[in-house]
Amino acid sequence: MDKNLQPIVEKLEKELGATATEYRGDVSLSVPAEKITAACQAVHGLGFELLSAMTAVDYWPQETPRFHVVYEFTSVSMNLRLCLRTPVPGVSPTLPTISGIYRNANWRERELWDMFGIKFAGHPDLRRILMPADWEGHPLRKDYPLGYEEPQFTFNFEEINLRKPYAKE
Amino acid sequence: MTDIQEVTVDDLKHLVSERAIKGETMLLNMGPQHPSTHGVLRLLLELDGEIVINCIPDVGFLHTGVEKNMEAKTYQKAEVMCDRLDYLNTVGNNLAYSLAVEKLIDLDVPVRAQAIRVILTELQRYASHLVWLGTSALDLAAMSMFLYCFREREQILDILELCSGQRMMTTYIRPGGLWRDVPVEFEAAVRAILKTFPRRIDQYEALLTRNPLMLDRTLGIGKLTAEQCLNTGVTGPMLRASGVKWDLRKAQPYSGYEQYDFEIPTRTEGDVYARYLVRLEEMRQALRIVEQALNKLPMGPVRSSNYKFVPPPRSEIGVSMEALIHHFKLWTEGFNAPAGSVYSAVESPRGELGVYLESDGGPKPYRIHWRTPSFDNLQAMPLMTGGVLVADLIAIIGSVDIVLGDVDR
Repeated sequence: MDKNLQPIVEKLEKELGATATEYRGDVSLSVPAEKITAACQAVHGLGFELLSAMTAVDYWPQETPRFHVVYEFTSVSMNLRLCLRTPVPGVSPTLPTISGIYRNANWRERELWDMFGIKFAGHPDLRRILMPADWEGHPLRKDYPLGYEEPQFTFNFEEINLRKPYAKE
Repeated sequence: MTDIQEVTVDDLKHLVSERAIKGETMLLNMGPQHPSTHGVLRLLLELDGEIVINCIPDVGFLHTGVEKNMEAKTYQKAEVMCDRLDYLNTVGNNLAYSLAVEKLIDLDVPVRAQAIRVILTELQRYASHLVWLGTSALDLAAMSMFLYCFREREQILDILELCSGQRMMTTYIRPGGLWRDVPVEFEAAVRAILKTFPRRIDQYEALLTRNPLMLDRTLGIGKLTAEQCLNTGVTGPMLRASGVKWDLRKAQPYSGYEQYDFEIPTRTEGDVYARYLVRLEEMRQALRIVEQALNKLPMGPVRSSNYKFVPPPRSEIGVSMEALIHHFKLWTEGFNAPAGSVYSAVESPRGELGVYLESDGGPKPYRIHWRTPSFDNLQAMPLMTGGVLVADLIAIIGSVDIVLGDVDR
C-alpha cells in the first residue's frame, strides 16, 4: 500500500468500521450501507476530489446481500486512488444519494437505477438514462437474459410485437 | 404500431424553470438528429429568445449494451466489443482493456509491444484530435478545416490498416502484447507523418488561432473553473484547460510512458478557446512521444510467452504439441482469471478512460464497467451553458469533444 494512502485508510477504518482489502495494488474499503454518505463525505474531505467511477456488481443467486455498489475515488492533489464498496440487499435495494457531494454521481446513480434497479434516496432526478423511458427490467442484473431482438419489418411488425417482452414501439 | 411513450415536459418539470411551465419561455429540442451534436445527442433547451436558460442533455440513443455483452464472452472474444465504444479512440480502448486484463491476471508485456502500443495510441490521439478540430471548426463555419483534418487523419488510419488490416476497429493491442509485430513498412510510414505533420499544425494555427471570427466565437465562452471540473468528474483536455495539471500518462504512467519526455499543456482560462489551445499543443506533444518511441524501438517479441493466457505464435503450433494444446484450449474455453477486482485507467483523448474488471475465477469477466470520459464531461453541459446564446452552445458542444458511442456504451 502507498505510504500516503496508509494513514487515510487507517483513519477511515477506525471511523467507519470498514475493512480494507488489497488486490494487485488496488485498495478497497468495505463500508456498511448506512454509513456510505458519511464515508463519501469523509473521503471527499480527505482530498479525493474526483469520483472516477461508480458501478455495481450483481452476485445473484450465489450471495446475499445481492448487490455491491462500488465507488472509485481519485485524488488529483495526492495522486492516489481509493475504492469503497457497500453491500445492498436484493429486495428493494436503496442507497442514499451522494450527488450532493460529487456532482457527477447524478448521472452515475441514474445509470445504476437504470441498469440494476438500485434506488438512490434523495436523488434529484432519478430517471432512466441509457434505456428508453418505458423499458421494463434492469439489463445488467444477472437474472436478466442476454437475448436478441427479432428484426421487425412492415409485414410482420404487429405479429412480432405481440410476443416481444420489452421495448414495444 | 403501439404508441411510443414520449418524455413530456411534465416528466421534466423539476429540471426547467417556473417560467417554462407557465409558457413564458420556449422549450426546444435540439437533436437527436442534428449535425452539431456530433452524434445522436438530444439537448432539451429552455430558451428566452436567443438566450439559453437551461440545457438538459438526454443520452442513451446509442446504447448497445456493451457491458452486458462483454460479460457473456471470454476475455479474448470480449475485446472486439471495446473498439465499438469510443470509435475515435479504438486503439486506446484496446489498450485500456488489455491493461485491465493484464493487471487482473498479472501478465507481463514485452518492451517492444509496449513501445508500439505507445506509438499507436499517440497516433490515435492525434487522429481523434483531428476529428475534433475539423468538426468543431466546421461548427464555427470554418469549412476548409474539416477537409484538411480528414486528409491528415486518413494517413494515420492507413498506418492502423498497415498493422492490423483495419482502419478503425483494429483489436490490434491484445492482453499480453499485440496481435502480431508491425510490418517492415511501418517505420517509414510513421516517419513520413513525423516529417509533414508539424508543418500542418502550423497551418491549422495560421487559419484559426488568431482568426477574429474564431476569437469572437470562443473567447470567454463556456467557462468552467477547476473546482467545477473536478466535482463534475470532468477530465482530460477540458480539465487541463481549467488549470489542473492532471494527465494519467504522467501521474500514473503505464506502458512505459515514464521513459518519454513530454509536456502537459495547461491553460487557466477554462473557456472554449483554452480547450482549443490545449488540444492543439497535445497534438504536438503526441508527435514528440511518437518520435522518441520510434527512435528507441527495441527489438524482440511482441507477445508474452505465458501461454496459459496468451496464444502461442502460429509458427510454434506446427512443431510443438504443447503449443497446439494451448492454442486449442485458449480459443475454445479461454483462460480462467483469478477471482478479484481491479480498476485500471488510461488517458484517452477525452480524459480518464477506466475499466473496472471483476472476475469470479471463470473464463468470462464477471463484471466489466467502462468509466468513459465523455459521460462525465457531458454532465458539465448545464454548468457551461447558463445564459449563453444558442450559437455559443454549438461552440461549447464542439469543445467538449463528445463521442456518443463513448457516452452511451
